[in-house]
Amino acid sequence: MSADLIQFFTTNWLGQAIVMLAQCLAVTVPLLVSVAYMTYVDRKVWASIQLRRGPNVVGPFGLLQPFADGLKLVLKETIIPSSANGVLFIIAPMITFMTALVAWAVVPFDNGWVIADINVGILYLFAISSLGVYGIIIAGWASNSKYAFLGALRSAAQMVSYEVSIGFVLITVLLCVGSLNLSDVVVAQSGWFWHWYFLPLLPMFVIFFVSALAETNRTPFDLPMSEAELVAGFHTEYSAMTFGLFFLGEYANMILLSALGAVLFLGGWMSPIPHAPFTYVPGVVWFALKIAFLLFVFSWTKGTLPRYRYDQLMRLGWKVFLPVSLGWVVLTAAVLQFGGWVPKH
Amino acid sequence: MASLDRTARAFLLTELVSGFALTLKYMFKPKVTVNYPHEKGPLSPRFRGEHALRRYPNGEERCIACKLCEAICPAQAITIEAEPRDDGSRRTTRYDIDMTKCIYCGFCQEACPVDAIVEGPNFEFSTETREELMYNKDKLLANGDRWESLIAANLHADAAYR
Repeated sequence: MSADLIQFFTTNWLGQAIVMLAQCLAVTVPLLVSVAYMTYVDRKVWASIQLRRGPNVVGPFGLLQPFADGLKLVLKETIIPSSANGVLFIIAPMITFMTALVAWAVVPFDNGWVIADINVGILYLFAISSLGVYGIIIAGWASNSKYAFLGALRSAAQMVSYEVSIGFVLITVLLCVGSLNLSDVVVAQSGWFWHWYFLPLLPMFVIFFVSALAETNRTPFDLPMSEAELVAGFHTEYSAMTFGLFFLGEYANMILLSALGAVLFLGGWMSPIPHAPFTYVPGVVWFALKIAFLLFVFSWTKGTLPRYRYDQLMRLGWKVFLPVSLGWVVLTAAVLQFGGWVPKH
Repeated sequence: MASLDRTARAFLLTELVSGFALTLKYMFKPKVTVNYPHEKGPLSPRFRGEHALRRYPNGEERCIACKLCEAICPAQAITIEAEPRDDGSRRTTRYDIDMTKCIYCGFCQEACPVDAIVEGPNFEFSTETREELMYNKDKLLANGDRWESLIAANLHADAAYR
């Protein structure tokens, strides 16, 4: 009987589809719950920085606040402006949301815990995160509103600029690993926590984090939705669940880039001290803790920094990050080559 | 040398680090939020809130219908009509305050020679309709009965400075 079941789930196409669906649900549902609670943690962190309390009325410690907000968004009316392009207007938030979700297919949660263990994981992530900008551009264009359009233009320019430096960061890491598979990246960092790449590649880690802020349109790079100038930027015309999808997508993207940062620089599922009792803790817990730490830094940044001016943003992207990251790629390659540390595969 | 210094500081992110350290420090400071509906901030005895008409301890209303408050009210929110009562004392037959006109300047309670009209410590008297904010004599006297102990204490606390 059990042999039959195993055969059904491993060889039969229906069985495999069921397994795949279950895996996707096992990733998506916790992800969406973390998105909900990320909004809560965000608000709590900003509140503490400003000596406020933050949400504390809905449920104990305000813990049900995300669900109240979500319910509100679901129940509200979706308004499509009469001058907007209806189809694209609806599709745009879906693109943003879906690209934020599909990227999770290649993220390794623990040793072997990955939906698609493909050889080009880093490239796949890079490609998907670039696709995310389409949702924003289409939203800005389809809204037929000047604020949304300006926000979309800014977002496109910003994402293109900072993807360049993210690309060089990824190249540095894969030079050190010798593989594009994300599980290999984690395995290459095994050992004590000073074996993780954030220490030897500290400048690249900083550049990665700052570029991740720019990629997810977070402070100090939230110009696409700078409320002081553009009302709400590219999602000015959006309401109810169409706005909700943008919101979910934005936070899912933040969690995704934090996960990527954890995989590339903080040793993924590895425990910081490779001895008992730390190794008894499941890898997925360490991974979640690392993501949580990076997300906290996201919130912390938003509570600390003012918004960049647009020309400063472009200057930082093209005149500082590009040459520095390019130089570090060359330096890393040279050190690996002449130090004899080139990874062998 | 100055430019080298500046560049080094920029690349070592010294200003960012000190800024982040400051906000981290603030994160652990005590919150200043007053949890409003559950806890309230302190009020001065001079606080000028919702109006009330007071009574003497024997239950007689203080107001003698001198109309000084009506005269001084800069927003002309007070309307008073008066005639002698059966026992010959002068009392109001009508004492209305339009709370939507009132600017809470407190001139009425300053003008009052018998401390009848006062602005009490209550500031939570929002209503669902506009009409409910047209206070009449009954409402004002009821306010006076309800808040008398606090009003008397506030007047006593502030008497030394008048």
